[in-house]
Amino acid sequence: MDPLGVTFLKALALCTVLLGAFAYMTLIERRLLGRMQHRYGPNRLGPFGLLQPIADAIKSVFKEDIVVSAADRFVYVLAPMISITFALAAFGAIPGGPAGSLFGFDPWIVDLDIGLLYVLAVTSIGVYGIFLGGWASNSKYPLLGSLRSSAQIISYELGLGLSVLSVIMIAGTLNLRAIVELNVWSVSPWLWPPLAVAFGAFVISAIAEVNRTPFDLPEAEQEIVAGYLTEYSSIKWALYQMAEYVNMMTASAFISTLFLGGYKGPTVLEPWIPGISDWPIVWLVAKMALFMFLFIWLRATLPRLRYDQLMRFGWVYLFEVALAAALVTGAVIAFVL
Amino acid sequence: MTLGSGGGGNVMVVSEEHGPFDTKHMRINVGPQHPSTHGVLRLVVDLDGERIVHIVPHIGYLHTGFEKTMEHRTYQQCVTYSNRMDYLHGFGHDLAYVEGVERLMDAQVPIRAHRVRVILNELNRIASHLVFFGTGILDMGALTLFFYTMREREQILDLFEQVCGVRMNYGYFRVGGLYRDIPEGFEERVRAFVDGFPKMMDQYATMFMKNDIFVSRTKGVGLIDAETALAYGLTGPSLRASGVPLDFRKAQPYARYDDYDFDVVTSDAGDAFARFEVRFREMRESLRIVEQALDMLEPGPVQDPDRRISLPPRHELEESMEAVIFHFKLVTEGFHPPSGAVYVPTESARGELGYYLVSDGGSMPYRVKVRVPSLINLQSLEPACKGGLFADMVVNIASLDPVLGDVDK
Repeated sequence: MDPLGVTFLKALALCTVLLGAFAYMTLIERRLLGRMQHRYGPNRLGPFGLLQPIADAIKSVFKEDIVVSAADRFVYVLAPMISITFALAAFGAIPGGPAGSLFGFDPWIVDLDIGLLYVLAVTSIGVYGIFLGGWASNSKYPLLGSLRSSAQIISYELGLGLSVLSVIMIAGTLNLRAIVELNVWSVSPWLWPPLAVAFGAFVISAIAEVNRTPFDLPEAEQEIVAGYLTEYSSIKWALYQMAEYVNMMTASAFISTLFLGGYKGPTVLEPWIPGISDWPIVWLVAKMALFMFLFIWLRATLPRLRYDQLMRFGWVYLFEVALAAALVTGAVIAFVL
Repeated sequence: MTLGSGGGGNVMVVSEEHGPFDTKHMRINVGPQHPSTHGVLRLVVDLDGERIVHIVPHIGYLHTGFEKTMEHRTYQQCVTYSNRMDYLHGFGHDLAYVEGVERLMDAQVPIRAHRVRVILNELNRIASHLVFFGTGILDMGALTLFFYTMREREQILDLFEQVCGVRMNYGYFRVGGLYRDIPEGFEERVRAFVDGFPKMMDQYATMFMKNDIFVSRTKGVGLIDAETALAYGLTGPSLRASGVPLDFRKAQPYARYDDYDFDVVTSDAGDAFARFEVRFREMRESLRIVEQALDMLEPGPVQDPDRRISLPPRHELEESMEAVIFHFKLVTEGFHPPSGAVYVPTESARGELGYYLVSDGGSMPYRVKVRVPSLINLQSLEPACKGGLFADMVVNIASLDPVLGDVDK
């Protein structure tokens, strides 16, 4: 356990890194989308467009901050703050390496015994930002967007919750660090099928959680203009964008932590570079990058679902599949192991 | 009624223009500035949750007065206006217009001109359908296909550029033939495109026609049965998707379309998927027509030799006084079709397209009325959308393929 001052500094550093990563994720996303779509993407500002995010940041700060006159002002201003605050807060519980590996300090902000529940709960609160923002705008398109996001959350949260059940049962703990140290795949080959299913269900739910294509219904541009974002401008709009990307990163880190061994590297490299699998941060970032790429790839490929289709998908398939995976895991643990 | 209690406490007066205001439903204004109304279409939609109970399209935001302007231009000058209405299928409009005037004048169009017209018209149909697919799937949230279809459309536009120097407002057809012959090597380039394009179509097929999300977004959405379609005057691929095999290239052949062997693509489903599918299969038929037209293309004149319609060649002006007189008459006042009225229905990429032209014997049309497919097809939006979801509305708009320049003209 680090002293309070160090924890505070670490939290500050994490926020800075996450927001910086957000800025460069937008660039990476635009460049990758460009690649996939026979065009260049932003490449004018600096080498490879590396200064583009800075220009975008300056632009969004200096844009006129319009507050809708009919809006519920307090909630309208509060909503983007809720989104970004809880997006950032969720990341704090995710361990970045073994204890004391970051220059003698622990590479996490807080090590909770209920870390898994904490991340699930805090990311769920983020939806209130979207919902309240859409409602407080007092405008029709945002209202539709916020209604959609509430319809969406009740559809995927069940699948999300049930698919982690397998991991919890196998690990027997809610502590994320303990889950990483155990590595759920190493327990028994009998558990691989239900774990694989739970992993798939969790990834799909996570995409819905972060409002990405094909589940980007709350801001479906072609239907409801920009959904809950329609009436937001300037820095408030940027806060929502930050929240979206930070949520993507949290989701990627969370998936990696639960299912892919989190901060642990592959031990096959150990004979050549001793200790490589215990390097802090590196492996987690590498695994996150994998999922971030997946999110962008999906965005370039898939059309959007309709919201009733998403609900049916959530309740009929995701829920059932995740439940089945949990049941099979339970049965394997009870009767085989 | 008052909307909202917070902040400024604004009072919003709700107009009753669209029927009595029902507080159970939300009345939402879509467009004219909206990402997916394909231009400046405005819709006033009453929503129950996300279900559409009432939808009223408003048009006229792109009204340009082409018809009236054409009444003040000579028949030859009008060609610069016709292609500007449907900017995605300009050759179709040009063809419909010159076919009308030619029938009025009883002009003898050389066979080579007909072949070239058909090649360009069918390529333009493919280009138009490509925009349809790209924007259609863009409306469902998939970004990439748009760039893919634009890539192929670019090749077609390059071909057009070689023919007439422009990529959009062609003005290449003339009453009695063509502005000039196609450039050297054009046929080979078209053939190269025709050979390469089916492979691209397979790519599109895997990207969306076989994509589960695309299929679930369009299957059973926006149903228009054959009876409703006919009652609402729906034509073109959208009508054929409802199972009515009406294609004016077959029903009333013009531009020698009866020389070509092609099928009228139909589907019985009548939903948005069928409208996408029919257009998809239609592109293959267009390719077949282009191939056949290329095979039948023989050297020859491209303009009616009748000096009362066509300008005399440059060298004649130096030898013949008569040629100078014809030249002077054509340039200063144009030709004079006999008085009468004409309407030639043609098959544009969107449906029945025809110019109703009335001549009083003068050098300008007395009256021009264009039967544009987009405007009349747009009426079917209501039966297609009613009772459906708001998200389906954008799919329906896309699947009916309106071009707002064509709607408002």
